[in-house]
Amino acid sequence: MIQVAGLRKSFGGKSVLAGVDLAVGQGESLCVIGQSGTGKSVLLKCILGLTTPDAGQILWQGRPLDAATRPAFLSRFGMLFQGAALFDSLTVWQNVAFRLRQRMPDAQARAIAVEKLARVGLGPETADLMPAELSGGMAKRAGLARAIADDPAVIFFDEPTTGLDPIRARRINGLIRGIVRETGATAITITHDMDSVRAIGDRVALLENGRIVWDGPVSGMDHAAPLAGFLGNTPPL
Amino acid sequence: MKPVRLIGRAALSLTRGIGAVALFTGRGLFRLRPFHARAFAAQLVQIGWLSLPVVGLTALFTGAALALQIHSGGARFQAGDVVPAIVAIGMVRELGPVLGGLMVAARVASSIAAEIGTMKVTEQIDALVTLSTDPMRWLVTPRLWAAVLTVPVLVGVGDIIGIAGGWLVGTQSLGFNSAAYLANSAAYLERWDVVSGLLKGAVFGLIVAVCGCWFGIHSGRGAAGVGRATKSAVVAAAVGILAANFVLTGLFFE
Repeated sequence: MIQVAGLRKSFGGKSVLAGVDLAVGQGESLCVIGQSGTGKSVLLKCILGLTTPDAGQILWQGRPLDAATRPAFLSRFGMLFQGAALFDSLTVWQNVAFRLRQRMPDAQARAIAVEKLARVGLGPETADLMPAELSGGMAKRAGLARAIADDPAVIFFDEPTTGLDPIRARRINGLIRGIVRETGATAITITHDMDSVRAIGDRVALLENGRIVWDGPVSGMDHAAPLAGFLGNTPPL
Repeated sequence: MKPVRLIGRAALSLTRGIGAVALFTGRGLFRLRPFHARAFAAQLVQIGWLSLPVVGLTALFTGAALALQIHSGGARFQAGDVVPAIVAIGMVRELGPVLGGLMVAARVASSIAAEIGTMKVTEQIDALVTLSTDPMRWLVTPRLWAAVLTVPVLVGVGDIIGIAGGWLVGTQSLGFNSAAYLANSAAYLERWDVVSGLLKGAVFGLIVAVCGCWFGIHSGRGAAGVGRATKSAVVAAAVGILAANFVLTGLFFE
């Protein structure tokens, strides 16, 4: 469904992505792991069109993802940001229904938003709160509700458990796993939390020095030497 | 050759910067579809309605102080009775637009830069893109048009309040007859005086919003980056208003 071939990106002469090759199939859940600064977020930004790669190709359903095809891709896309990235000036339900409000009446959009909030474990009383009134875990869940509000075919999760305590992190992992399985969406998760990988992923890819150095099923990662530093649920130094 | 090279580099960099801001302004003003009416309405309130107290108070005290200055200064050459006309012309042509613009710059350019800068560092602008929304159309266009449309209104209201401030001082402290003061204010005021001031207001509004949006979108990382963006937006808007005022005054009255 999404294929990345020979992707390269440098910043100020420093190579961040040095020829990344990656493919994710329809309905598959891929986790990309790697140490801080290895270019995981840059890879996401290149796919989203937020950063222009120096070389390489990104394909979506077999067609190059460019200025002409990206709007169609984004219309089937949802994303949970590391810090949730809820819009400060809008209430929680307005955040969740952001895209819906552009094509349907507010009452209808609000009803869907409240339903999605319930799906992530937030009651209707949170709908009219402002993002600043939410705890970190609630903001993540509201961000997750926004990501799934329009029933996307592709969902990206950028460090979904960063900043959460282990209990909340487990809850978020469980929610993501449930949502990905229920919706059958294609998922790409950027993380260095191996609990997330085990909970969410079908496949795991290790990004190191700007390249994918290991790519395989989650069930096989315990015996993969390149992943040894990541196992034990702590990121390597 | 080194100084020549340095001057050349600086000139190129300046030209590139002016070009980038001009393109940014053009895209902000004319990328109207889809037009985000809700965001525009919110900015009309933020930039226009909520700036009214600070612009009104500034105009009131400026008009009052101007009346005192003209009266005491004019007395030196037996021209103390020109207070109403000078206050009216001074407020409408110069002080209303410039001081109103500067107050809006202090209040609005800083808040726009801080808001957009914070949105940038917390990935809210990236989130807009993932939600199929062009940040220019959602963040910049409503602010630019709201400022262009509301600052002239603020200037007009400020003009009236400033003249009222002069009238208050003139009638309560300087011994002017109320009806005569108002008649004198109106008698020497021409339509172009008012229109030129309102046009200045529209240009100053554009400068304020462009500076706020530009520095916000190009904000650096973290709280320090947002702080720098906010400061730069206010300084650039204030200097831009004073420079534009000089150019526009030359165009309108020379």
